[in-house]
Amino acid sequence: MTIETIKLTSKDFSSDQEVRWCPGCGDYSILKQVQTILPDLGRPKEEFVFISGIGCSSRFPYYMDTFGMHSIHGRATAIATGLKSTRPELSVWVITGDGDSMSIGGNHFIHMLRRNPDLNVLLFNNQIYGLTKGQYSPTSEQGKVTKSTPMGSVDYPFNPIALCLGADATFVARTLDRDPKHQQAIIKRGYEHKGTSLIEIYQNCNVFNDGAFEVFTEKGTKKQETLMMEHGKPLIFGAENEKGIKLDGFKPVIVNLADVSENELWIHDETDLAKATILSRFYDDSSVEGHFPRPFGVFYVNNNKATFDELFNNQIEHAKESYGTGDLDKLIAGRETWVVN
Amino acid sequence: MSTVETTLESVVIRFAGDSGDGMQLTGTQFTNAAALFGNDLATFPDFPAEIRAPIGTIAGVSGYQIHFGSTRIHTPGDQSDVLVAMNVAALKSNLKGLKKGGVIIANTDGFDAKNLRLANVPEDQNPLKDGSLSGYDLKEIDITKITRAALADSGLGTKEIDRCKNMFVLGLLYWMYQRPIENTIEFISSKFKKNQGIADANIKVLQAGWSYGETTEMFAQRYHIAPAKMEAGIYRSIMGNQATALGLIAASVKSTLPLFYGTYPITPASDVLHELSKYKNFNIKTFQAEDEIAGICSAIGAAFGGHLAITGSSGPGIALKAEAIGLATMLELPLVIVNVQRAGPSTGLPTKTEQADLLQAYYGRNGECPVVIVAAKSPADCFNMAYEACRIALDHMIPVFFLSDGYIANGAEPWRFPTSDKLQPIHIEFAGERQASDDKFMPYLRDEKLARPWALPGTKGLEHRIGGLEKQNITGNISYDPENHELMVKLRQEKVDLVANYVPEQNIDNGADSGDLLILGWGGTYGALKTATAQLISEGYSVSHAHVQYLSPFPKNLGELMSRFKKVVVPELNNGQLVKIIRDKYFVDAIAYNKIQGQPFMSIEVVNKMKEILG
Repeated sequence: MTIETIKLTSKDFSSDQEVRWCPGCGDYSILKQVQTILPDLGRPKEEFVFISGIGCSSRFPYYMDTFGMHSIHGRATAIATGLKSTRPELSVWVITGDGDSMSIGGNHFIHMLRRNPDLNVLLFNNQIYGLTKGQYSPTSEQGKVTKSTPMGSVDYPFNPIALCLGADATFVARTLDRDPKHQQAIIKRGYEHKGTSLIEIYQNCNVFNDGAFEVFTEKGTKKQETLMMEHGKPLIFGAENEKGIKLDGFKPVIVNLADVSENELWIHDETDLAKATILSRFYDDSSVEGHFPRPFGVFYVNNNKATFDELFNNQIEHAKESYGTGDLDKLIAGRETWVVN
Repeated sequence: MSTVETTLESVVIRFAGDSGDGMQLTGTQFTNAAALFGNDLATFPDFPAEIRAPIGTIAGVSGYQIHFGSTRIHTPGDQSDVLVAMNVAALKSNLKGLKKGGVIIANTDGFDAKNLRLANVPEDQNPLKDGSLSGYDLKEIDITKITRAALADSGLGTKEIDRCKNMFVLGLLYWMYQRPIENTIEFISSKFKKNQGIADANIKVLQAGWSYGETTEMFAQRYHIAPAKMEAGIYRSIMGNQATALGLIAASVKSTLPLFYGTYPITPASDVLHELSKYKNFNIKTFQAEDEIAGICSAIGAAFGGHLAITGSSGPGIALKAEAIGLATMLELPLVIVNVQRAGPSTGLPTKTEQADLLQAYYGRNGECPVVIVAAKSPADCFNMAYEACRIALDHMIPVFFLSDGYIANGAEPWRFPTSDKLQPIHIEFAGERQASDDKFMPYLRDEKLARPWALPGTKGLEHRIGGLEKQNITGNISYDPENHELMVKLRQEKVDLVANYVPEQNIDNGADSGDLLILGWGGTYGALKTATAQLISEGYSVSHAHVQYLSPFPKNLGELMSRFKKVVVPELNNGQLVKIIRDKYFVDAIAYNKIQGQPFMSIEVVNKMKEILG
């Protein structure tokens, strides 16, 4: 018998449904990157499942020719946890947005992270409610003027990366819709991680929140406003890569590379939770004087925490080994019976 | 001293004490002893929502009533023959349920000044001393003192010693009703196998209770209640929640599907989770989720993956699950929703029973969202109907509600259990692999039951998307087409209606096929209605009783069955729910009879009401 391996292409992952996001939406890029990398993962197509909640991003599964479920608002994480714990051999992905995961689905989101099922979560963060036509979201900046906040929002925003680290996530990363290569690399790493991989993707909503991430994507500002983290490499940024980050105790400091030697710089260590926590707090408004650049890449990886699906199914196997496969008639009869003649 | 032995047909005993007095354990042990002896029985645990309400107060009283006998027993009894009162509060709150002339076994230590004050008894009064109990057969025993004396050398502290009091009561009643104590000794030894001292103390006090009956002159009578004449077979004692769990497991084994139970703890449904979680070696996977919504959503994920998926809760939790039940209806995946009902609305009376979630099951979702609904009528029947709920869900690819209630969930009865080969088979057929050359897979193509294929992720060639948006029939693609939406709404209703072809016809439980009055009940009121019907018939009334277990859709012959009676009355522990549906669906002038007190019907109440209706 010969086993035929057919090389899949991105086309194999495109469904016959017409993509209906607004022209220019950042979602197109994410769809394209996912369809581009899936064929390289060496897995049969039928093993992929995409589960989403509600929101613009959550239409994603309809455009993928894989198994998919477009569920209800905020609950994709819970549904995916149920599927992954019963079918651990599948590759289960969660597609969610900032409203879906941080607002209505906040509870399931943090509990998924603490349990650590082996899911790949793509969090499309556009800092706005798109599908309901432009209300502020839990990641919108304070003062945001929207249809529901004509005088500006008084809510403080969530810092999603800090939230995930606080919930003991085992893989936390950030990438951008406008950087396809970086996106592909990060999503691949997320896929390879055993445990919940949480990838926040800055995604431009060109209709209701256009330019929200402009400073991180436009040529003129990108290099000074972004900090591209790489494991084992110093934290360097700036138009000419002339600046770096140094740790003064627990306090991060921006330094000119001209003033310090390279070994004084903060070397990025993805496995260091304390440092990841400090990096997650590089979250200032870019208009604030002396603000830190926004980090992109992998903040934190913990490979030492067993996954929920493993632990959950190990108990089943262990019970079968200890007590043998159950005997239904014995179970129904219970321990004490009597006979009536 | 010589004791007189009297034979009785049946006896009702009510154990009442403080929440910490161990009355539930005492009651269940006595129940097991009666069951193993071959009596028929029914029980009614009645306890407060607070785990430890203030000691000695009325709010903290926990009761357990058992009715056992040599005849068929269908209710825990309207009134008790014997009341065990561990303190004043227990006496005060349970006296009105005791028959005139009934026996009171009072723990005198629980009637001291402090207990009298805590139970709000006026200062100069003490029911043991003021003659107010002269109409009863009062037995005063200082159980605390005797227990302490028995365990003086045990080396245990006073607190631990006092916790053995309930065993004295149990031992004494075992003596009175001539029940062997060996099974309880075995139970104690196994329960406290890691603490020999506590085990020995409990056994010693149990034996002290027995000896007290034998040696003192207080009890001149012992009673004999012969085994009941029941259908031949092997029996066990079973509680409703236990039976529910077993029914679900049986469906899992018979369908060869692993079971996934996604849930969140809630009274009185949690015992289903506790029970299921013991049987992981049966491929039973229990998931205690972060909330009710995650409980059902995780189950939907498991259903998508090909498991027998179940979620369980009580009314408040079901309210939270409503949107997800709508999703499951759209996805047309098999899902069982267990609702162990309690008195509502909102938090209501968490430990008290009610049947007020029928309309919630019927209509409690947005949009047109019909589901199948079945209900159990007794503790043992929870097994049958939980199994039926799974069978229908799997055969018809549809969400099914299984309704139980606090009364039958915690109540116990003898069960002539089936062997697994007698259970109706459940055949599962997943959609098979497809090749590129095959036609495109159609996830919403339907069979004769209107069920769609169950297409599992991981199956080659079946890649498809499902979701909460309206589906195009057959293809399952998103569709905003107006005619298609109407078609799909009708199809989902028809799919529920078709289930009637696959469930048994409605029978008459007792009475003639036609007559003056049909008592039409559902759920946990079965025992009370059955007892009341038997009495009415014996008094010559033309009354019959039918008990509906399939509530959506109804059995096909229900309308015709009702038409054979001059009057139809629907007794319910709610403000009139089944009666609304019956009137709506069959245009029958059904009479509502309702009780909404968090307590089951007493059969005498039903008898009186039916006589009033018959005029």
